[in-house]
Amino acid sequence: MSSIDSKPRVALFVTCLVDLFRPSVGFATLKLLEDAGCVVSVPEAQVCCGQPAYNSGDRKDTVAIARQVIEAFEDYDYVVAPSGSCGGMIKDHYPALFAAEPDWQRRAEDLSARMFELTSFLVDVLKADPVAAKLEAKVTYHDSCSGLRELGVKAQPRALLGSVEGVELVEMQTPETCCGFGGTFCVKYGEVSTDIVTRKTADIAGTGADMLLAGDMGCLLNMAGRLKREGSSIQVRHVAEVLAGMTDMPAIGESK
Amino acid sequence: MSSSRDRIFATLRAGLKHTVDDPARPAAVAERIASHPRNLLPQRAQLPHAEQVALFTAKVEALTVTVDSVAGVADVPGRIADYLARHNLPSRLRVAPDPLLQSLPWSERPMLQIDYGGGRSQDLVSVTPAFAAIAETGTLMLQSSSTTPTTLHFVPDHHIVVLKESQVTGTLEEAFQRLRDKLAKSDKDWVENWPRTVNFVTGPSRTADIEGVPVLGAHGPRRLHIVLIADGA
Amino acid sequence: MSMEVTAQNFEANAAKALRDPNLRKAMGIISGPMASRRVETARELPEFEALRDEGVKIKNHVLQHIDLYLEKFEQQLTARGGKLHWCRTPREARETVLALCRSRDAKIVTKGKSMVTEEIGLNDFLLEHGITPVETDLGEYIIQLAHEPPSHIIGPALHKTREQIADLFEEHHPDYELNGKKAGTRSTEPQVLVTEARSVLRDTYFRADVGITGANFLIAETGATVIVTNEGNGDLTQSLPKMHIAVSSIEKVIPTLEDLSTILRVLARSATGQEMSCYTTLSCGPKRAEDIDGPEEFHVVLVDNGRSEMLGTALQPLLRCIRCGACMNNCPVYHSVGGHAYGWVYPGPIGAALDPHMIGLETARHLPNASTFCGKCEEVCPMRIPLPDIMRHWRELAHEQQITPPLQRWGIEAWAFAAKHPWLYRLGARVAIAALKLLGKDKGRIASLPLASGWTDGRDFPAPQSADTFMSQYKKRSH
Repeated sequence: MSSIDSKPRVALFVTCLVDLFRPSVGFATLKLLEDAGCVVSVPEAQVCCGQPAYNSGDRKDTVAIARQVIEAFEDYDYVVAPSGSCGGMIKDHYPALFAAEPDWQRRAEDLSARMFELTSFLVDVLKADPVAAKLEAKVTYHDSCSGLRELGVKAQPRALLGSVEGVELVEMQTPETCCGFGGTFCVKYGEVSTDIVTRKTADIAGTGADMLLAGDMGCLLNMAGRLKREGSSIQVRHVAEVLAGMTDMPAIGESK
Repeated sequence: MSSSRDRIFATLRAGLKHTVDDPARPAAVAERIASHPRNLLPQRAQLPHAEQVALFTAKVEALTVTVDSVAGVADVPGRIADYLARHNLPSRLRVAPDPLLQSLPWSERPMLQIDYGGGRSQDLVSVTPAFAAIAETGTLMLQSSSTTPTTLHFVPDHHIVVLKESQVTGTLEEAFQRLRDKLAKSDKDWVENWPRTVNFVTGPSRTADIEGVPVLGAHGPRRLHIVLIADGA
Repeated sequence: MSMEVTAQNFEANAAKALRDPNLRKAMGIISGPMASRRVETARELPEFEALRDEGVKIKNHVLQHIDLYLEKFEQQLTARGGKLHWCRTPREARETVLALCRSRDAKIVTKGKSMVTEEIGLNDFLLEHGITPVETDLGEYIIQLAHEPPSHIIGPALHKTREQIADLFEEHHPDYELNGKKAGTRSTEPQVLVTEARSVLRDTYFRADVGITGANFLIAETGATVIVTNEGNGDLTQSLPKMHIAVSSIEKVIPTLEDLSTILRVLARSATGQEMSCYTTLSCGPKRAEDIDGPEEFHVVLVDNGRSEMLGTALQPLLRCIRCGACMNNCPVYHSVGGHAYGWVYPGPIGAALDPHMIGLETARHLPNASTFCGKCEEVCPMRIPLPDIMRHWRELAHEQQITPPLQRWGIEAWAFAAKHPWLYRLGARVAIAALKLLGKDKGRIASLPLASGWTDGRDFPAPQSADTFMSQYKKRSH
């Protein structure tokens, strides 16, 4: 299926939020990568990319965590995460953490070059064939900030969704506007965060879509939390679930 | 105790660290000032002159500026009188004592009261020349001088600018160069003759300070009118 | 009028702002039309992105040679008959301006818009010394009447509704007559209100003894200061009185007229979505002997206020800022809380990056934290200032210097400890998600979590899909 001759060896970087809150996204990612002809491993030594520490100003711990991640993923052709945020942390920020340690910086840059967000990897690297999924749904897509601005993820998920039979994509007025999650921001400045996501959910509701998709669990938990509080029936899912045809389990924040 | 000037410079030089004594620095500054190189120029106004005039006209009109094209200087007083009539304005004009404006055949319009000098609170309509016009953005370039008081550009409700097509240039850079060339005298560098004030005017005065609603005529002229004299006249 | 620091109360300020219906209406204007006009005019200039790069290059060049360009500026300004006053501190700058005003025996001074004069608290100081400053920019005039600080660097009164403005005008010019008729019930039409402000201020321009403006740029090549405005008030302020004082700051120096031309192309587009602001004026020295009008004296009060210390540090890119306001026009946090919540002169992302340096990290510690790091500010900044990186720099300093509250610090360190010990992390994760799964019961979400009330006050908390993590499920599957 892939245009690459020998099968690429890909490591899955699961991300904390998928690991804890939505294992199905991890399995959907596995399926998409395998369907596209990759040999996928899930290194057991992985934990977190360190972004919470990094954005909280705890640089010392960030560097220690980054070293762990670099070591855990050294032996693979590619590393893929179902997240633009964790992907951006590793691809965009790791090299700068080691400005004073040339050897580690080289290793960080090496990982950076092999690190990809899922939809970007499928489209830009594998140039994968259309996915085989089917779903009768009117969906809208939220561009998560890190994926969009650090990794240039914008057209790729839309291109892939375009190949899902039955999916109709309707755009929000401002799909690129932040949902207000912001990591620890959403709890530290909860009221402000809630206000931002309330503008977002109004935009989402205005599309008339019955499903909201995005590529990052943080944004998805935030938007689902607000939509459910508002009593909205809009289903919230990670885009990987739709692309992998794995939409049989309850949507985020729902039980059936 | 050292002066504030010395202390500011000491901090700046400390911030420049090891580069501070690099002899290339003063040379780079002198060179940049002397050659004042142009940075990237947008394509938009890189046009033959006639098209620059058309672009200028389109740009100012989009800013609610009215343009009255005339064949020659002799037509100017009549067209100004028409403008006053159209806007129900008294026939009193405060005019810049500029050679071009003073040479206009005002006497053919005896109803017009012409008064030369700077802007006063009672002045409703001013007539001034401009130094150049910039097609890229529809901008007028005006300067202070012994014959062009700048208060005329801001005090009256209506500002009428008499402009020749040949004064239209493409970009700000070209307009600045024209002024440099004009000011350069054999005994003096252009910069020594640089005027007190250079005004770039792009449309009439406006504000959006109340709820973001655009309103014309905040403190400066409510209306800007250009009488554009054709080349060769 | 000059700015009292309330940045330390960001949370309370924000809570108040979120409940202010007028502010919310105003923020709709900023996030809607103002932000979209920027996009439209930028689109009409194919070279816009390349011009941003050119602007960055110019400013970076200046910063590598700033001492030399400032010397050149001083030399040229002096040669044209102007006088330069170097001021390290706000106090020094206030006193310099006061002494200049007194030398003219000034009673009334008109003022064009200037953020640096807000920074140095000039208005209150002049008032205390018997001199009446009159703000002439419409927005600044409105908030001066209301005794409020600006809430936005280019739209200072955007948080006021037309009704509030009409009430302020009724209170402050009750005798105002329009076309010979007393106004009576004031119209709330912006056009009518603008006309009223115009005619009330008209006389003041001519009566003022001194005119004070800011300066967007200082041109080393000619010794000129530059103001960029739309209303024309700045020009009336600086051309009618006998003395013109331009209050500016050291980082505003640029080399040449060509560099000015380049930066002007990105400034107005980024600020208001115009191609050019209505009035861009270069002022150079006092009126010449042969001139018909213009001020007899021209002074430039050049304020440092900590800027020189930023050179050669992580904060240096902030010295590229041209004060266009695009970062706040596009900031989701600013759209929620407005400018006053930030509690000092510069709000929004630029304030979050700059204010900790100017008023102290301890006082301003919330500002760099109150960001989602969405990166939109850096995306729109014409000078490509890495605002999120600079905010993160402040977070790092706050963590190091233990300015971050202990609970947050310990929380992140405990979490990081676990992240460095995968077995501990997996154990903790299993306990946590099992508990959350239980709390989610059969609904798939949790309505209230006392330890995360910041989240659950306004949102449900989606429960984990399973009591088992991905890693654990994956392991089971592959064995």
